Amino acid sequence: MTAPAQAAQVGELPATTAAVARDRTRRRRLPAAGTTLLALLALWLLARLLLGGRWTLPLAAADLTPLQLRLNDLNDWVSGHRNTSPLFLYFFNEIRLAVDTVGTAFTQVLSRTDVGLGIPEIGWLGTTVLVTALAYAVGNVRVAVLTLAVFCCFVLQGLWADAMDTFALVLASVLFALAIGLPLGIWSGTSRRVHRILTPVLDFMQILPSFAYLAPLVLIFLIGPASAIIATVVFAAPPVIRLTAHGLQQVPAVTREAADSLGVTGWQRLRTVLLPMARRTVVIGINQTFMAALSMVTIASLIGAPGLGLTVAQALQSLDVGTAFNAGVAIVLMAIAFDRVATAAGERTETALRSGRSRRRARRIAVAAALLVAVLAVYLSRTYLWAAEPPTGWPDLGRLLTDVGDTVSGWLQAHLSTVTGGLKDAVTYGVLNPLEALLTGSPFWVTGIVVTVVAWLAGRWRTALTAVLCLAAIVWLGVWQDAMATLAATLLATVAVVVLGVVVGVWMGRSRMADRIIRPVLDAAQTMPAFVYLVPFLALFDASRFTAIVAAVVYAAPAAIKIVADGIAQVPAATVEAATAFGSTRWQVVTRVQLPMSARSLALATNQGLIYALSMVVIGGMVGAGALGYDVVAGLSQDQLFGKGLAAGLTLVALGIVLDRITQAAAGRSGRRPGAARPRARSTAPALPAAGG
Amino acid sequence: MTAAAHPLPRTAGRTAPGRPATADGTPDFSVRSLWKVFGHRPDRIPGDRSLDGLTGPEVLARTGCLPAVRDMSFDVARGEVFVVMGLSGSGKSTLVRCLTRLVEPTAGRVLLEGQDLTALPPARLRDVRRNRISMVFQHFGLLPHRTVLNNVGYGLQVRGVGRAERNRRAAEVVDLVGLSGYEQRFPDQLSGGMQQRVGLARALAGDPDVLVFDEPFSALDPLIRRDMQAEVIRLHRDMGKTMLFITHDLSEALRLGDRILIMRHGELVQIGTGDELVGAPADDYVADFVADVPRADVLTLRWIARPDDPPDAAGAATLPADTVVRAAIPVVSGSAGPVRVVDGTGTDQRTLGWVGRDDVLALVAGAGRPPHRRRADAGDAATATESAAIEPAAATGAPA
Ligand SMILES: Nc1ncnc2c1ncn2[C@@H]1O[C@H](COP(=O)(O)OP(=O)(O)OP(=O)(O)O)[C@@H](O)[C@H]1O
Ligand SMILES: [Mg+2]
Repeated sequence: MTAPAQAAQVGELPATTAAVARDRTRRRRLPAAGTTLLALLALWLLARLLLGGRWTLPLAAADLTPLQLRLNDLNDWVSGHRNTSPLFLYFFNEIRLAVDTVGTAFTQVLSRTDVGLGIPEIGWLGTTVLVTALAYAVGNVRVAVLTLAVFCCFVLQGLWADAMDTFALVLASVLFALAIGLPLGIWSGTSRRVHRILTPVLDFMQILPSFAYLAPLVLIFLIGPASAIIATVVFAAPPVIRLTAHGLQQVPAVTREAADSLGVTGWQRLRTVLLPMARRTVVIGINQTFMAALSMVTIASLIGAPGLGLTVAQALQSLDVGTAFNAGVAIVLMAIAFDRVATAAGERTETALRSGRSRRRARRIAVAAALLVAVLAVYLSRTYLWAAEPPTGWPDLGRLLTDVGDTVSGWLQAHLSTVTGGLKDAVTYGVLNPLEALLTGSPFWVTGIVVTVVAWLAGRWRTALTAVLCLAAIVWLGVWQDAMATLAATLLATVAVVVLGVVVGVWMGRSRMADRIIRPVLDAAQTMPAFVYLVPFLALFDASRFTAIVAAVVYAAPAAIKIVADGIAQVPAATVEAATAFGSTRWQVVTRVQLPMSARSLALATNQGLIYALSMVVIGGMVGAGALGYDVVAGLSQDQLFGKGLAAGLTLVALGIVLDRITQAAAGRSGRRPGAARPRARSTAPALPAAGG
Repeated sequence: MTAAAHPLPRTAGRTAPGRPATADGTPDFSVRSLWKVFGHRPDRIPGDRSLDGLTGPEVLARTGCLPAVRDMSFDVARGEVFVVMGLSGSGKSTLVRCLTRLVEPTAGRVLLEGQDLTALPPARLRDVRRNRISMVFQHFGLLPHRTVLNNVGYGLQVRGVGRAERNRRAAEVVDLVGLSGYEQRFPDQLSGGMQQRVGLARALAGDPDVLVFDEPFSALDPLIRRDMQAEVIRLHRDMGKTMLFITHDLSEALRLGDRILIMRHGELVQIGTGDELVGAPADDYVADFVADVPRADVLTLRWIARPDDPPDAAGAATLPADTVVRAAIPVVSGSAGPVRVVDGTGTDQRTLGWVGRDDVLALVAGAGRPPHRRRADAGDAATATESAAIEPAAATGAPA
């Protein structure tokens, strides 16, 4: 055992004692907060009864507030001055052109050109073989075969062109994200000051629902690939920045110091010590950036990104489950291929070092051969039409998948509708409607006071002030009612997420077996782009608010479950043994020891649940959930609603901040425990695989 | 400055068997009024006279700043093995890190052959780290992604030595520390002792003038530790490099060190050879430190010789003053009367005093501590203070 590990073990005992002592004080304080909350709820209901229907700030779907009209004017002004204002002429337009150029280059290489038959620079055969060879070069034979299979599948599904559009955009976005993210991450990992400045910015970016920045980007960069790529870069760069910085920071101080004592320059230290030792973490960051990019490129179909996302979006809007299913499968396959290849690349960074000289030479020859074949394939597909266009004679898997989607959805709606419909109605009428009525029907200032008091309970004056400011912004932006409807759906989804998180998380935290089985499923679920979550639930529940909520629950649950499971698993075994020795039942051990001691994890799980659920509920606006999500989409597609869409996007930001600040403050309040390892809230999205996994 | 009086640094090396008299008297590096203070606005602490009487923790409580190294001054002679000792947290690591500015000192100077390291620009400082002073760390600090050979050659690579030359030199040093055959292994495939040999080899590869060891063997088990100590003694005998060695193991200090510096709360308490610390501890802290040492193994006859002439001196056996008491037991117990203890050789030889059977027995039995300042030749030299050993110009020239 290493010395630090020993130290940690020794250090745990006093920490445990302290935690137990703190638990005792908390239990005395808890009823106070509980009673306040209950009293608050009672007053709120009373106010709703007495003042219901007044000061509710309603706004009809086609109406705009003066502010929103001014935003429309802003949009008009920008359209009018896009080619005259120096800010656009010399800055924004330049960026748009540069990004467009790169995006177009990738599209032309992989997907289509504007000349003649529109055949891409590298046709079907070339792309497939080249990608397979690259997968082998960075990974291994297994992932190369997987990549080959996936790319052939695109052909079988009849989605080759769409898939290549998406692939090209993902590559272009990842290129930008890495070009920005790696240097920033290195800088943040080597300079404490940069890290301190960058962390809150990244935290902020991560609480933004992906829908929030579509409208502002369109305002500046127009609808088109440039906006899509920029949106994707904004969404996908944070993981690689964070993980690169984290990888550099976790290089032990001893190693750093030893290198310094040998007289390294800053550059030598980075190149020969920090980067090699951080390589695995950096590769994981790149992996997450790929996943985030794929997720966002599909969503960016709303602002002009062609490809699989567009197919899904159009199918969702016309409730064409079969087509959405087929394209959704293609997206999932692409996600799996990215993830497996990147994971294999991460493992390679270790095994490659250790393999002997002769094996390294053999592999180098094999990689060279594979690349040679790829070059040959590229040559073929640039020369012969049969190699340039995807083969046509193959079995039509797309037709099959579409039929399966349609049939299953039809069958479900015909035979299961009593169950699914019953569930949907029960939740909608039993919980969702009353909750929404409470939130949208109360005077805005009553709801505002309630939220502020909750914020004060969680984090005292700072949090309360943040809440007041954000709520004021929401009122000012004029979409209060829609915001409350979205909030109702988000809260409901979050409650379900937390319940799921506690039940499954406790199970996983207590049983290694359960953990081993469930965790890979959760990991896989977290790599799925948000869009595809809507498809199966659309089939089950039709277009409704409930569909969005269920999708949100399933989308947000993996992160929450993992956080709870880690929190439970971190409760020292000695404490659990002590409790068992005192004769506690298993139920008592869970409720009196393990859950209270992982209070911070629970709060963080709630935090992540809220952020993910909000993001997904908003996307659900495309399948009948209405509210803010619908406002955003409508604003993007109809010029006269642009101002409202932009206001809805900004409202999302405010809503995200309130929910995040309150739950983070609650987590901080329950987490001031010495010694206990703190679960990191932000890096848990497809979490770092443990060293052994 | 510490209030305690310190014996003058002895300029002659300890003449243990098989070891050359290494120190030739010229200081290799000197530390002058060195301070390292951790905390907010640390530079206000060194000049603050009102904190003079307080211990480190008291200063921390009063000012919020922790003086990890406080006004340290000492010289290390060329070829000497200089050991720094102290309890955990007394500032040993901080002190040695200040030497090459891995930790930037708050005040004071470090002179390497007269060159002030604290004033060097970064590029020159890197030169010193590359060519002059190398360190060995308690937790090794090896690069996990490099083989043993590449770890050892790392310092050379940093200097810009070409691959072939680097590998040749690294292989030599790997052989020197007894790791031949393990060149292509990775650090995590080696035992702790072997990893520290790699650390040692890495430090040796650059052929530095000074080697600094920060508790290099604390993480190793006792058997391997003895092995490694023997290794260091052998290297020192073969190469004669100046070594600064940190440990909190007194037996290790006595085994390796020509002189030992004892620190407490960042302050210097005493500097001296092993027998000086054991025979004349400056205060109770040092006395406690050395309480468990078997005195007969450390003290020489010099410490117990009585100056007064015995009644029948004729025909008494003669022993050199530097004989360790334990080694003298057969002679003393075999002779009828007291034994004559002499200093010097040939014509310079003079009688220091006499040692009888009872004197030896009293020491071996550990009956009480030998009275302070009974060293036969120590007289006035032992009462000189440490500050007197430092030329005034250097002491006043240090930044406040
Ligand atoms: N970077 C730092 N910031 C603040 N305080 C520090 C820092 N490094 C060391 N200290 C403090 O300085 C004092 C001396 O530490 P140092 O590591 O030099 O002790 P040491 O004698 O080497 O102890 P050990 O035998 O445990 O290694 C300690 O009280 C320590 O807490
Ligand atoms: Mg130390």
